[in-house]
Amino acid sequence: MRRVAKLSAACIATAALALTATACGSTSSENSSSTSPSSSSGGGKGGIKIGLAYDVGGRGDRSFNDSAARGADKAAKEFGGSIKELTAKSSDTEADREQRLTDLADAGYNPIVAVGFSYATSVDKVAPKFPKVSFGLIDSVATSKNVDSITFTEEQGSYLAGVAAALKTKKNHVGFIGGVDTPLIKKFEAGYVQGVKDTNPKVKVDVQYLTHGSDFSGFASPDKGKEAASGMLDAGADVIYAAAGSSGNGSIEAVSGVKGAWAIGVDSDQYNIPGLAKYKNSILTSMVKNVDVGVYDFIKSVNDGKPLTGQQNYSLAKGGVSLATSGGFIDDIQPKLDEAKKKIVDGTITVKTS
Amino acid sequence: MKKLTQRIDKERLLLGIAAPLLAVVAALVVTTLVILATGKNPGAAFSDMVTYGSASDSQVYILNKATTYYLAGVSVAIGFRMNLFNIGVDGQYRIAAFFAAVLGGALTTPGWISIPLIILCAMATGALWAGIAGVLKVTRGVSEVISTIMLNSIATAIIAYLLQPGKLAELQSGGTVVSTKPLPESSYFFQIDTGASGELWGFIVIAVAIGVAYWFVLGRTRFGFDLRTVGQSEPAAAASGVSVKKMIATSMLISGAVAGLIGMPTLLNDSHQFSNDFPLGIGFTGIAIALLGRNNPIGIALGALLWGFLERTTNHLEFEGYDKEILGVIQGVIVLCVVIAYELVRRYGLKRQQQRVGAELAAQAAATTQKQEVA
Repeated sequence: MRRVAKLSAACIATAALALTATACGSTSSENSSSTSPSSSSGGGKGGIKIGLAYDVGGRGDRSFNDSAARGADKAAKEFGGSIKELTAKSSDTEADREQRLTDLADAGYNPIVAVGFSYATSVDKVAPKFPKVSFGLIDSVATSKNVDSITFTEEQGSYLAGVAAALKTKKNHVGFIGGVDTPLIKKFEAGYVQGVKDTNPKVKVDVQYLTHGSDFSGFASPDKGKEAASGMLDAGADVIYAAAGSSGNGSIEAVSGVKGAWAIGVDSDQYNIPGLAKYKNSILTSMVKNVDVGVYDFIKSVNDGKPLTGQQNYSLAKGGVSLATSGGFIDDIQPKLDEAKKKIVDGTITVKTS
Repeated sequence: MKKLTQRIDKERLLLGIAAPLLAVVAALVVTTLVILATGKNPGAAFSDMVTYGSASDSQVYILNKATTYYLAGVSVAIGFRMNLFNIGVDGQYRIAAFFAAVLGGALTTPGWISIPLIILCAMATGALWAGIAGVLKVTRGVSEVISTIMLNSIATAIIAYLLQPGKLAELQSGGTVVSTKPLPESSYFFQIDTGASGELWGFIVIAVAIGVAYWFVLGRTRFGFDLRTVGQSEPAAAASGVSVKKMIATSMLISGAVAGLIGMPTLLNDSHQFSNDFPLGIGFTGIAIALLGRNNPIGIALGALLWGFLERTTNHLEFEGYDKEILGVIQGVIVLCVVIAYELVRRYGLKRQQQRVGAELAAQAAATTQKQEVA
């Protein structure tokens, strides 16, 4: 009985403490606004304050996030602003993403760019609370008024990658490695496979995803990428396209160990990434997704006082996606690539998205 | 006699508190060193953690996170008390939340019917998933560590297979998020609106109820006694007439049922759907929290709150320019320190006990010899 009383007393005390503590006290935004007065809008005397919330991997993934970082860097340099960067963890919940965006908005950052589709719901929750702040959302579409949804037609660029792969393979066997089997990455796969098959129906395409469902570690595990690529190489594939964030670095490394095999990079022009310089002679081309252009355009619009809103779709026709030519490995097949590109742009070829 | 038990109780209590305290202090010291090594000021970091963590919206965040973590901790602790290492909590709660979300999306009944149904479905799915490991262990002697960790992967694969447009899920606008059909608004769990600080999830009430039930069943019932006996010594339990196999299967089922609840605060209070960004890895967090809380219902609550606090404040540390990896370091160090501290304190307690028993025996022996001498 004694223990029951003691326990219940402790329980009640804890609950009471928690509830009173919750009820009163100031919020963190009130705390922070009292210490650091937030600038009213972007483009003030201190220059534009750009807030960047990265997806898993963050700056330095040599791929998707880095591409966004380049756009922000360029804008910051041109308009004389500062950048604040926060990065997602793979164990994040909705609350963590909201916190990240709220922290940035509270501290007076404007515009705020949410890099990656994981932020779609969070942006829609946070943006209405800060109507004067402009939000940018990459790879997904939000409905709030002060959000610019920046999307790309990855399937069109991947189609061209598929054409290049089919023309370059000697064993009539190519591979695709996806980071996580999300609808976004499936767009890459669908375009790639269609590009390969349209060019040469005899080419076999191996498809593998590193992780599934809600396990997003496939975007940030070079070891998994390396393992998957080695498996495909052993099975006889000689061109491997990896759309897997920083996991793709592992794939490129594995490919570079096999003579005559090609890797196709993604998002950034990976031939020119210093961290991958060792392997650049194995990088056939990269399906460049110009996230930097999208980010730069958005920041510029905010700086000009006319923030973009709604959806901006960066297609192949608009130069939102393209094949990199660095290294000159695809110069010989360029005419065929141009032909395919023309067909996509004029609508003769419709690229599937799934 | 009564005085004696009270005295021992107090000492045990002191030792019980000493271990986690020692662990947290040691973790603080190590973290300080780590921050110093990165060339930053640890004092400013800690003070930022305290001010930011005590803001009212942080409190709501922490309580909401702790609700989920508490359920995970209890679920793991049930297994621990039985000497079962249920690593599969992670898969159990995800598959449970998934099927509960599918059911919830399909239901059109009023909330007072839907919500209990959704919760029951989650508990049943979790129990079933854990039950597989239980049956394998009882009938074939398969270690639950191996089977549950494999069941985690299988759960991931099943969810990935079914969570596709055209199967049990649909594509959301924007074409990048796949989720189950969202719950109708009537199936939302109640939440306490605290104004600017955000919403406190009503599921915290259920978490507290589970904590009380855990304490009562384990500490105050025949079943709980049997369970703890099996955990401490299987032959002893068997000798006193407890069916060990039955106990293993049952405790696995209960652990799985509680694991099924882990996803419910998120599903019923927050996301209202199961999408491909549903939080994962909470089952493993639960192991750390159960260790931290020493399988004690209040200890687990403190551990869960500490975990929530650390996540909230280290997220903000990143904002202040510290490395985001600090969180992982602090959490890892705390768990390590806890394990070491408990062992140290246990040994110290054992030594104290031996010394006391030795002293008493010596005194007794001295008394007898004295008596003999007198006689």
